[in-house]
Amino acid sequence: MTTQTALAIEASGLGKSFGSTRAVDGVDLAVPAGSIYGVLGPNGAGKTTTIRMLATLIPPDAGSARVLGHDIVSEADAVRELVSLTGQLASVDEDLTGRENLVLLGRLLGYSRAAARERADELLGAFDIAEAAGRLVKHYSGGMRRRLDIAASIVVTPRLMFLDEPTTGLDPRSRNQVWEIVRALVAEGTTILLCTQYLEEADQLADGIAVIDRGRVIAEGTPGHLKASVGTGSLHVRLLDPARRAEAAELLERKVGTVVLEPEPTALSATGADAERAAIAVAELARAGVPLADFSLQQPSLDEVFLALTGHAAEESAGTAARGTSPSTDTLQEHAS
Amino acid sequence: MTATTRAPGSADTAAVRRAISSTPRPPRPGPLSAALAFGWRGMLKVKHVPEQLLDVTVTPVMFLLMFTYLFGGAIAGSTSAYLDYTLPGLLVMSVLFTTVYSGVSLNTDLTKGVVDRFRSLPIWRPAPLLGSLLGDSVRYVVAGTVIIVVGVALGFRPEGGVVGALGALALVVVFSFGLSWVFSVLGLLMRSPNAVMNAGFMAIFPLTFLSNVFVDPATLPGPLEAFVDVNPISVLATASRSLMAGEPDGVAVLVSLAVAAALAAVFLPLTTRLYRSR
Repeated sequence: MTTQTALAIEASGLGKSFGSTRAVDGVDLAVPAGSIYGVLGPNGAGKTTTIRMLATLIPPDAGSARVLGHDIVSEADAVRELVSLTGQLASVDEDLTGRENLVLLGRLLGYSRAAARERADELLGAFDIAEAAGRLVKHYSGGMRRRLDIAASIVVTPRLMFLDEPTTGLDPRSRNQVWEIVRALVAEGTTILLCTQYLEEADQLADGIAVIDRGRVIAEGTPGHLKASVGTGSLHVRLLDPARRAEAAELLERKVGTVVLEPEPTALSATGADAERAAIAVAELARAGVPLADFSLQQPSLDEVFLALTGHAAEESAGTAARGTSPSTDTLQEHAS
Repeated sequence: MTATTRAPGSADTAAVRRAISSTPRPPRPGPLSAALAFGWRGMLKVKHVPEQLLDVTVTPVMFLLMFTYLFGGAIAGSTSAYLDYTLPGLLVMSVLFTTVYSGVSLNTDLTKGVVDRFRSLPIWRPAPLLGSLLGDSVRYVVAGTVIIVVGVALGFRPEGGVVGALGALALVVVFSFGLSWVFSVLGLLMRSPNAVMNAGFMAIFPLTFLSNVFVDPATLPGPLEAFVDVNPISVLATASRSLMAGEPDGVAVLVSLAVAAALAAVFLPLTTRLYRSR
């Protein structure tokens, strides 16, 4: 009983097939209450299907799960009272205004007309959408829309919130806003299950991470564990003079790690770089008089995580591959001279 | 340079936290108030997307003008005689076309993910579907009224008067409630709103033309006449005509209502089942 109250989600052997595709193939999860738990994986790994099952939208065909102590099949209504959904899979009505969307949800959750309006205005103000409240949602920017989406999910504060790729396609500024809201939610006691394709997002927000591939959990741990298992990031350097590349490569090989020469004649990168070693290496380059165009330290991309964990690259449907690695962060982007 | 400044665009964290913490959960709404909330949503959509209404009213008005003035003389001897014949049928066509949009809007909700949000709420399950009927009925009434008003402007004077016209409109709207579930099922099965629209009109268009809406079936070749006579749209058009003429055809009215009830009996449960599982 004690373990049950401490866990917001316990799933064992959860499975779901669509036709001949095994979308989710025996997922076990144990998500502590009051934390942010990241589910990391490429498109098509089974993240969304897992969330849809946990949120009672579709029944599993194998295994079982309890959400906040309630069985997702036999006590689906009790689960629905306590959770909410945001992100790719739950959306807002584009043909209504932002305020109308929130008032509608307030009414559906049992508020009186006046209370629903009041609650809508409070959320619109807090989420910085007040001035667009009367505009149709189809005219909203991506970031505004996502904030409205989250606001719609907390008209009544949920005990557990499913966030499915909340920042995919957002610019950095909007992404930061979403992250701050997520942190505030957790500070107020909501448990969050966060699905993402971005290692950095999981790293920034999550207390624990499960990596999921082909419908199975293939690794689990804290962001620190995970990154340690993958190795640190890589240092990317661009020179002003391509003729000095061999010299720079030799130095980086010595100070950092394995060097990869990029297709571009002035560019090279070294894997296994932590911030300290990267800083020393860059200083050495400068001291040796090798002129730099720029340099950056990048965290491992999802692809690299997958390569390290599974020995194969993150497989996903065409067109999403580029997206999977795009916001690999520049934690140390500087421009020399 | 920007490394030490605070990240731009940060939301007002204090306000966010206040908004998050200040929510006592209200009691769960009853089935009726949930359905009414969805009805309100339907009305808002009529208000915000008037183009939909335009689509479904312009086509029948075009047909009305075209058939009356182009073919009316040839078919019925005079344009005014043809107007008397065809207007009650065009009322049927106009409103039935509108029913396709029930499927289109349901599919839009599905593809945009709105359905997922509604389904994750602890509300009475059929509420979204029943609520959308309210918005639909507004569209039906507007589409029907437009055609009657244009007809009257062109000189249509039904023997049954206002009562007859309203009776015909009411019958057609009730029939549409039944038919709309067919398109709702289509809306839940197909991939995009456009596909629903195309498939819907591909079905409703020939069915409307192969009825007695435009011509007297007695002039048709045998097999075609046989089909037209049993086409429920013919029966509905006959009933509408009889009501407008002030001589209600009891059998046609009852058969129309029975067909509507049968359609609803089959397709309403199918719709709710699909809505739950998609």
